[in-house]
Amino acid sequence: MTSLVFPLMVFCLLSAMLLALLRLFLGPSLQDRVLAANVFGTQSVLLLAALGFAGGRPDFLDIALLYALLTFIGTIAVLKFFRARAESESAKR
Amino acid sequence: MTALLMEIARWTLFLFGAFFVLVGALGVIRLPDIYSRLHAAGLADSLGAALLLLAMMIGAEWLAVVKLGLILLILLITGPTATHALARAARAAGAKPFLADSAKRKKKE
Repeated sequence: MTSLVFPLMVFCLLSAMLLALLRLFLGPSLQDRVLAANVFGTQSVLLLAALGFAGGRPDFLDIALLYALLTFIGTIAVLKFFRARAESESAKR
Repeated sequence: MTALLMEIARWTLFLFGAFFVLVGALGVIRLPDIYSRLHAAGLADSLGAALLLLAMMIGAEWLAVVKLGLILLILLITGPTATHALARAARAAGAKPFLADSAKRKKKE
């Protein structure tokens, strides 16, 4: 019984990642895409930690930690970049 | 006895965490506008992440517990910050919230 729970969880995580990717490709606005990328990053952190847990390899947790930080910096950087671009465009007009 | 209890707690937390992550992703794909998608992603994802990481913390060695706690701390700080920044950016870009009667209003126009 318990051996079924872990594959079920990984399946749920993978399908959630697939849905986030779908929104990443569909998303009408830029913010939708950034949101999807952010969600995808969080889910991959969880997947990394789960794989480390399953394989008994705690060093996967370091990668997950780094990935969590990188995802956040990526989100903020993209938003900042497009905000600066929008402001410089509106200043030109 | 405690081993059995720990196993039960771990798998229950795994199941609930996976459920919330999946519901968050479904919300991201199904809801109509950026603000409601932010709501689904931000809330369900941080709860799902917290439950999953807590499940992995049960019965782990202390270094793994510290690292999992750090990941949880980072996710709980950065998630709401990113959600806030995204909502601000969407507002600045002029996204309108989807209201209950905006579908009707669109038809009338």
